[in-house]
Amino acid sequence: MIKVNAVGDACPIPVVKTKNAIKELNGSGSVETLVDNEIAVQNLTKMADQKGYKVESKKIKDDLYSVIMTIGEVQTENEDKAPVVSDNTRGSIAVISSGVMGTGDDTLGAMLMKSFLFALTQQESLPEAVLFYNGGAKLTCEGSASLEDISYLAEHGVEILTCGTCLKHYGLSDKLKIGGVTNMYEIVERMSRAAHIIKP
Amino acid sequence: MSDIVFCKGGGCTAKLGAGVLSRVLEKLPRGEYDTNLIVGYDSRDDAAVYKISENIAVVQTLDFFPPMVEDPYTFGKIAAANALSDIYAMGADVITALNIVCFPENMDMNILGKIMQGGAEKVIEAGGILAGGHSINDSDVKYGLSVNGIVSPDKILANNTGKEGDVLILTKKLGVGIVCTASRVGEASEDALDEAVSSMTTLNKYASEICRKYNVNACTDVTGFGLMGHLHEMLSDRLSAHIISGSVPIIRQALDYADGFLLTAAAQRNRNFTEQYIEFNNIPFAVEEILFDPQTSGGLLISIGREESEKLVKELCSAGLPASIIGEVTKKNKKEIYVS
Repeated sequence: MIKVNAVGDACPIPVVKTKNAIKELNGSGSVETLVDNEIAVQNLTKMADQKGYKVESKKIKDDLYSVIMTIGEVQTENEDKAPVVSDNTRGSIAVISSGVMGTGDDTLGAMLMKSFLFALTQQESLPEAVLFYNGGAKLTCEGSASLEDISYLAEHGVEILTCGTCLKHYGLSDKLKIGGVTNMYEIVERMSRAAHIIKP
Repeated sequence: MSDIVFCKGGGCTAKLGAGVLSRVLEKLPRGEYDTNLIVGYDSRDDAAVYKISENIAVVQTLDFFPPMVEDPYTFGKIAAANALSDIYAMGADVITALNIVCFPENMDMNILGKIMQGGAEKVIEAGGILAGGHSINDSDVKYGLSVNGIVSPDKILANNTGKEGDVLILTKKLGVGIVCTASRVGEASEDALDEAVSSMTTLNKYASEICRKYNVNACTDVTGFGLMGHLHEMLSDRLSAHIISGSVPIIRQALDYADGFLLTAAAQRNRNFTEQYIEFNNIPFAVEEILFDPQTSGGLLISIGREESEKLVKELCSAGLPASIIGEVTKKNKKEIYVS
């Protein structure tokens, strides 16, 4: 068992020290961390829960707590879960046909659409391309609340394509911020070639 | 002495937990009731508003804390922007400010000069006058302002007067607390820190001035208690809210740092205090953490009728703010805050 003394350390140092000790274990084993406050115990416990480590903590005396984490043999390694366009999603494309998600309340719909694009960036595997048309075309243009999420997708290899006719229709041809312009032939071709279509 | 630790983890992460604090505040004696004190008795606002005539009320507030960044000049700007923010959250204008300084006598006085320069610049930008201050020899650096503002009594934006059906708008990104914490342990990227600093040094003046053109029902600034804590105060046991977490503006790297467990003590204290009021509907761990992240000089949280909400967001965005509609106010439900 590796012992970590984090007494007197402010958060997040106890967690950082413990993470380093777990790395040192290089496999299964236990790490005991001593801390001087309950909040640090709670933060260590949160990490253990998220990582799926067994965790036990006890109060030794006032201002002294012990947290023991046990790291199992088979460790699901999800250290670098930066999303990538993986083979299994190659062929899937997302289609954004409106500035809002669903019908009913458009204020809610706009919030949901922003939320959809954000959640898309948080997926472990990303689609090959995202097509934006009609009201959706506004999302890739200046002033869109989702520019950052769409840039993130673009930076991670997702092709971003916006309908040129739509840009022209909304007077946004010179406002496009991310990705390329596409036309109906390509939209039809991409959609018919796609293995899956994700549509909010 | 080059190894003086200037930044030990400050800003609003240094705030006392709301739980501990409310137990003390509840026991304080109350003096004679004065009807001219419009805000300050029962509400959980952190500024006092006192009516001195039919047309004028004075707004009084103060805020100070230890450094959350290494650069003294930047720290001064952030601390001042944070202190001035309470005035703007009330819909008021800044008139005067006084420096609050705690500084070790044996530390380089040029550092103090830089801090106060940053603070003075922000007071000037706010249109106020820096008219003096008070300094104490202390083992650790702390800086802030006491600020006076004025507002017409009928234009005050209280933090707990939202209405059922309102839409909630947040004007700055969340995550500055965890980004500064990650930076302290050398794990923040330069981009993330730059974005956090630029957000923290942005005055809420601009957002506040835009708000005044609309019928805003309630307004508060999101600081140490995090979005969840300040929303809890806003709902004030009277209303509930539904937050769509994916539409909450967040500094992207902050999510990575939360996933890397660079967790602050203050966020956990916020969680301990507020979690009982919240139902999380299966949202990612990192997003949950950021909703509790203590903000230093955070944005305004605005409650406004939905008819005007989109126009307001548009105007805030065209002023360069990352404002976004993040949810809506509903009638009081079993839980106070639902996050999906």
